[in-house]
Amino acid sequence: MGAVVDMDAALFAGLCRLGDSTLVLGHRVSEWCGHAPVLEEDIALANTALDLIGQTQMWLGLAGEMEGKARNADALAFHRDVWEFRNLLLVERPNGDFGHTLMRQFLFDAWHQPMLTGLAQSRDARVAEIAAKAGKEVAYHLERSADLVIRLGDGSDESHARMQVALDTLWPYTGEMMTPDATDTALADAGIMPDLVGLQATWDGLVRDVLAEATLAIPDGGFMHKGGKQGQHSEHLGHMLATMQFLPRAYPDATW
Amino acid sequence: MYAQMVKSEATQDDPEALAAFQARIDAGEKIEPKEWMPEGYRKTLIRQIGQHAHSEIVGQLPEGNWITRAPTLERKAILLAKVQDEAGHGLYLYCAAETLGVSRDELTEALLAGKMKYSSIFNYPTLTWADIGAVGWLVDGAAIMNQVPLQRTSFGPYSRAMIRICKEESFHQRQGFDIMRKMANGTKAQRHMAQDALNRFWYPSLMMFGPSDKDSVHSAQSMAWKIKMNTNDELRQKFVDQTVPQAEYLGLTVPDPDLRWNAEKGGYDFSEPDWTEFFEVLKGNGPCNAERLAARQKAWDDGAWVRDGLMAHAAKQRSAPIAAE
Ligand SMILES: [Fe+2]
Ligand SMILES: [Fe+2]
Repeated sequence: MGAVVDMDAALFAGLCRLGDSTLVLGHRVSEWCGHAPVLEEDIALANTALDLIGQTQMWLGLAGEMEGKARNADALAFHRDVWEFRNLLLVERPNGDFGHTLMRQFLFDAWHQPMLTGLAQSRDARVAEIAAKAGKEVAYHLERSADLVIRLGDGSDESHARMQVALDTLWPYTGEMMTPDATDTALADAGIMPDLVGLQATWDGLVRDVLAEATLAIPDGGFMHKGGKQGQHSEHLGHMLATMQFLPRAYPDATW
Repeated sequence: MYAQMVKSEATQDDPEALAAFQARIDAGEKIEPKEWMPEGYRKTLIRQIGQHAHSEIVGQLPEGNWITRAPTLERKAILLAKVQDEAGHGLYLYCAAETLGVSRDELTEALLAGKMKYSSIFNYPTLTWADIGAVGWLVDGAAIMNQVPLQRTSFGPYSRAMIRICKEESFHQRQGFDIMRKMANGTKAQRHMAQDALNRFWYPSLMMFGPSDKDSVHSAQSMAWKIKMNTNDELRQKFVDQTVPQAEYLGLTVPDPDLRWNAEKGGYDFSEPDWTEFFEVLKGNGPCNAERLAARQKAWDDGAWVRDGLMAHAAKQRSAPIAAE
C-alpha cells in the first residue's frame, strides 16, 4: 500500500528537516563560545555556527513562505515545540567534550555536503539556489572537521581514546540520515531532494576513509536510533528550546 | 595600579641609545620587533598588548552568555559574527605580543595565575538582552575611543593590529546601538530593560579608561613612548560627549544627576565612577571575576588533551618521512 503523500506537506517537512537540523546544530556549536580548547577553534566554531544559522534562515524562510500561513523563519524557530521539530537526532546530542562536538560535526558534515550537492540539482529552483549557497560553506566545514578528526584520532593516546569514545557514542545516531521515510521518498521521486539511499554509499566511503586515516574503528552492531525526522526527540531538545525560545515566548508582543 | 608594576623597570639602558630611540619615536617612526628597544618599553608593551588580548578573549563570555538566547535568528547571527571578531582580535594581539618574545601560552598562564589583568568591564554580568545592546553600544564604544588613537602607536605590530581591529569595531558598536534602539522603542518591559542596562553599564564603562591621570604615575613615560596616545581623562571626556546625545536620542536617562553641558569647556561635566569599586573589581572582587576566570581555566584544562593531541599528530607527521626512508 503506497502512502498518499501531500506534496506541499512533504516539501514543508523536508525543508523543516534541513532547517531544523542546521538550527539545532548551529545552536549546539554556539554553546562553545568562549570555551574552546584553542583560540583558533573559538573562531572556527563561531564561524560554523554562523554559517548554520544563516542556512537556517534560508531553509525555514522558504518553508514558511511555501506554507503560506504567514510564518517566517523566526516564527518557525521560536514558536514551535519539540514535536514539531524535524531535526536529526544526531545534531541535538549534547556537546560533551570537544571530541564529541567534533565527531558529531564530522558525521553530519559527511552527510550534509553530498546532500547539498544533490539538493543543488533540485527541480525546485529555490531549493537548488539555497543548496548551492550553503554547499560552499559546508564543503569547508567538512574539510575542517575531517582534518581535525584525523589529527586527533591519530594524535596522542588520550586524544585517540576520546575520539573513539565519541565515535562509539554517536554512531547509532547516524542511521537516520540515510533511512528514507514516505516524505523522503516522495521528495526524491519528485526530483526535489536527493535519494537518501543513494547518499549512503557516498557517506560510507567518506566516513570510512577518514576514520581509517584517523586510526579509529567503526563500531560493530547495526542498531540505529530513529525518530528525529518525524518529531520524536530525545530529552535534550526540550531543554535547548527552553533556552533558545525564552525571549520570544516570554515577550510575545515584543520585536527585537 | 599598573604604574607600580612599571616603575621598577626604569631601565639602566645606555642614555645615548635611549635618546636615539626617543628621537625615532618623536620623528614618528615605527619600532619593529627586531630593532633595539628599552626593556621598559618592551615590558610595558607586553603587559598592555597582553592585557588587551585577554580582554578580547574574556570579553567573549558575557556576550556568549546570550548567544543561545538571542531573540531572532538575525540577532543570533550578528552576535555570533561579533564574538567571532573578538576572538580574532585576541589572535591578532597575541601575535603582536609574540613578536616581543612572549608566547600566547605564557600569557594565558599568566592570566590564569592572576598575574595579568583583563578589562574590568567583563566582570559585570549580562542579565537581560538589553545588556547585549549596552555592551555593544557602550563597551565597544569605549573600546573604540581607546583604540582609534592606538592605530598611531609607535610599535609597528601593535599599530597594524589596531588598524585591523578598528575596522571591525564600528560594526560592533552599531549592532549594540541598534539593539538598544529596538529595546528603547519597544514594550514597557523592553524599555525597562534598556534603562536598567544603561544604569548598570554606565559607570563601569567610564572605568574602562582607567583612573584619573593624576593617579597614573607611568602615564607620562608611556605617552612619551607613544604606547599611550591620550590621557585617560581626555578619552573619558570624549566618550561622555559622544554618548550622552546618543542616550538622549534613545530616550534613556544617563544615571548621573550631576551630568551637565558645560558650554565653557565645550563638553559635559559628569560624576566620576566609584574608584573604590574599580580597584575591588581589579583585585578580583567584581560580580563575575570568579566565574570569568573559572570559565577560562576550564577551557584551558579541558582543552589540554586537544592541544596535546594536535601536537602529537604534528610530531608524527614530521617523523613520518624519515621513518619511511
Ligand atoms: Fe574587539
Ligand atoms: Fe568589539
